[in-house]
Amino acid sequence: MKSCLVVDDSRVVRKVARRILEELQFSCAEAEDGRQAMEYCARTMPDAILLDWNMPVMTGIEFLRRLRKMTGGGEPKVVFCTTENDLAHIQEALSAGANEYIMKPFDSDIIQTKFAQVGLL
Amino acid sequence: MRVEDFDLFSTLVKQRSGLVLTKDKAYLLESRLMPVARKWQMKGLDELAQAMRGRRDEAMARDITEAMTTNESSFFRDQKPFDLFRQLVLPSLTEARAAKRSLRVWSAACSSGQEAYSLAMLLAEEGPKLAGWKFDIVGTDISAEMVERARAGLYTQFEVQRGLPITLLVKHFKQSGDKWQLSPQLRQMASFREFNLLGDLSGLGQFDVVFCRNVLIYFDQPTKARVLDQIARLMPADGVLFLGGAETVLGITDRFKPMDGQRGLYVINKPASAAAGLKKAAG
Repeated sequence: MKSCLVVDDSRVVRKVARRILEELQFSCAEAEDGRQAMEYCARTMPDAILLDWNMPVMTGIEFLRRLRKMTGGGEPKVVFCTTENDLAHIQEALSAGANEYIMKPFDSDIIQTKFAQVGLL
Repeated sequence: MRVEDFDLFSTLVKQRSGLVLTKDKAYLLESRLMPVARKWQMKGLDELAQAMRGRRDEAMARDITEAMTTNESSFFRDQKPFDLFRQLVLPSLTEARAAKRSLRVWSAACSSGQEAYSLAMLLAEEGPKLAGWKFDIVGTDISAEMVERARAGLYTQFEVQRGLPITLLVKHFKQSGDKWQLSPQLRQMASFREFNLLGDLSGLGQFDVVFCRNVLIYFDQPTKARVLDQIARLMPADGVLFLGGAETVLGITDRFKPMDGQRGLYVINKPASAAAGLKKAAG
């Protein structure tokens, strides 16, 4: 079973994403911000990370830049999942090492095809 | 809905589009036709049926047909056919057409154009390998509204997230308000026409590759056979046909045969009459 860390400051979004991912046979863990995600990844590197952009304490993009410098931090497939939906943000995410990008709102179809595209399914 | 009204609508739609509506689809007919009735300032479907029984209005008949046809589409739908196109079909056909350096591809029942444009993007990704080649991608659909949408190459945020990798979105699309528009260079690779698959297809010219996916499932057997037969006439001996996952030629026509081990991919059955003769002889 593959693992996915869901990083979002909204409990509702984490719950919805978790339900979709568990249906796709992922084991899920949750983090409320970039700092918590960093701590989690330092202990266990997940196979996938679904990542919000705007969060308190540490944003998603800052977390991603740090993650990619960590030992083993190049491994997880990172899929952004954010309301930021302009080209500039998408390009910034890709150059920071994101593998895919989902613009909210999302549904299970979108998550499934995006995860399939980066080879997680 | 009254039985005679259901019969009237289903006959009309079948005649015009080939779409078969069975009695269990009455709910679908009702939910799709209510907006049409409202558009024509009518109270309900009985009034719409009444109008169709009287002096038949072409625009109204068209609205009814278009409302019933399915316009579900997404970029790189099912993915696999596009992988097969890139890995198998394209190398063999470009070798076979090396002198002519041109290929024609038909996206039949193209809806809002995602299939045609997925092919355009796929070809663009091949890059310098295909420099100097001319690709003519033709999309046709029975719905004027869909053809117009396809030509515009303008998609909602939801549509560009279904099947389209983010790298291709960044590379080939521009944001336009809350929508995304495909670049003019890519739009140029495809042209779109309003066209009914039940009509005479011969005017479309010859196609090396035909994508006719998730269309035949809506037709009855004789209509499937007729459409496949006509498609075969538009294709050279080495032409390739893609059908949808739930579709087949088996038991419908011997004009095509499945390509060994490649799901959804069909080739012209060259000695069609000979093969039929052999089968008879063997039986």
